Amino acid sequence: MIFKGSAWRFGDDIDTDAIIPARYLNTSDPGELKKHCMEDADPQFPTKVKPGDIIVAGKNFGCGSSREHAPISIKAVGVSCVIASSFARIFFRNSFNMGLPIFESDEASRAIGQGDLVEVDASTGLIRDLTTGGEFTARPIPAFMQELIADGGLIEHIRKRGSI
Amino acid sequence: MGMNIAEKILAAHTKTPEFRPGDIIKVSVDVALANDITAPIAIQAFGSSGLTRLPDPDRVVFVLDHFTPNKDIASANQCKLVRDFARQQGISRFFDGGEAGVEHALLPEKGLVVPGDLVIGADSHTCTYGALGAFATGVGSTDLAAAMMTGQAWMKVPQTMKFVFDGELRPWVGGKDLILYLIGKIGVDGALYRVMEMEGPGIDALEVSDRLSMSNMAIEAGAKAGIMAPDEKTEAYVKPRATRPYTLYASDPDAVYESTTIFDCADIEPQVAFPHLPENSRGISEVGEVAIDQVVIGSCTNGRIEDLRVASRIMKGNRVAKGLRCLILPATPLVFRQAVSEGLIGVFLDAGAIVGPPTCGPCLGGHMGILAKGEKGLATTNRNFVGRMGDTGSEVYLSGPAVAAASAVTGRISAPQEVLP
Repeated sequence: MIFKGSAWRFGDDIDTDAIIPARYLNTSDPGELKKHCMEDADPQFPTKVKPGDIIVAGKNFGCGSSREHAPISIKAVGVSCVIASSFARIFFRNSFNMGLPIFESDEASRAIGQGDLVEVDASTGLIRDLTTGGEFTARPIPAFMQELIADGGLIEHIRKRGSI
Repeated sequence: MGMNIAEKILAAHTKTPEFRPGDIIKVSVDVALANDITAPIAIQAFGSSGLTRLPDPDRVVFVLDHFTPNKDIASANQCKLVRDFARQQGISRFFDGGEAGVEHALLPEKGLVVPGDLVIGADSHTCTYGALGAFATGVGSTDLAAAMMTGQAWMKVPQTMKFVFDGELRPWVGGKDLILYLIGKIGVDGALYRVMEMEGPGIDALEVSDRLSMSNMAIEAGAKAGIMAPDEKTEAYVKPRATRPYTLYASDPDAVYESTTIFDCADIEPQVAFPHLPENSRGISEVGEVAIDQVVIGSCTNGRIEDLRVASRIMKGNRVAKGLRCLILPATPLVFRQAVSEGLIGVFLDAGAIVGPPTCGPCLGGHMGILAKGEKGLATTNRNFVGRMGDTGSEVYLSGPAVAAASAVTGRISAPQEVLP
């Protein structure tokens, strides 16, 4: 699968309160959550982001609360995938469990500029900055987690295979 | 090759105990926990799986503690969804209304988590139970739904970092100060994907409540778990409460650690974490003049009876500073009851504090103590991210209960000795 979209840059340690503030957690409706995605980090984001766009962040993206509302809001607002130099561990597993593609690459995280057109080949982990011509490779995804993505998330994985 | 506590617990819960760090294993789960924010998504995911009955309702614990007492209509609806599901599925460990308390204070108090357990919770502070010698980690709602369906979870076997607290604790220093100091040294991703194992004379000297507040904040260094070896204090705490048999694990002398870091408790004074990350911790003598608008004492980090006793010692006979709001939320109904019978609540009310019901509310900016733009709050909670307790233009400082109580009296962030020399 190929993802292609404009990059939205964010810094280090973007926590899940910044991704989806707790004041909106009185619902888990994706249609509501997407209106506030990343709003405390960039109030313009929920209205200006376009389907397919890509979040590019620094280290420890998604730290803090375990709320799955965070990856749900990112998916619902139309972001195709997230690239970061590293992910906090609960956000990392949540993303695979519910089918939000994420890619770890320190080089890509440093090099890609705000608004650059970026293409990611999910099968090879190749990240290309089409604006600058830069090419980067994401850290390989463990086999089990590739299975989760192929099956469409953890629940579908269990339905298909009868167990985790 | 020797094993550490985390590896022993994982090995006891998997059919593939010959693992190495980095391997992905399937583990059986003793307790699967969720709250009123995270359970609704897990229940929806469970519903989408095609299953209609929980195979093992006794494994599941739901606590309605975040936006309760219901803060608005939408929150009331979320609680109702969880309540209806719990009734329909016959979940006996369902805590609601006057039986509910802040989950990570409630579960140890009720003996629902015991040493040697493998616990997952759809709440990042599930790592609290590491202080009892359990492997406990925060996950998402989908992981929880999977555990509700299968009794299992997937785990990447983590490396373990050892932290030793040597020497004697200084006056007014508690578990919260040690963990804020540690996070200040290694940063908010300093233990990312790793287990933190904490030990040494500094840990031995702490009561179980202080140890729980340390393991509680392991996630604030990015850790998967924050584990301590159970000792006689742990067993004295667990034995009268345990609802199941427990296993006490200790690390082997030749266990493997990714790193070992030794801290000298002589270097650790009461700590304060400055906005907007828990890693911005400083000793109280380096804080300077910081006037505050609100103090919150409570939460899964520091809302236990021992924390309220510390706060009461400092606030007794004193008044909350004019213009400052001091909220004290005992973390569970039992803590509240104890605080009443020990006279602590009287001390707080005499001082002009607001005493509220057990709830996570203010910690995550949910309700009951929201900060306005430009306001500064000091809280005994665990996170001080931008907008965590209210407006994105507010600021949150973190401390233990002693500094929080002293600061409520003076109106600015203060050492306990300033109020109680």
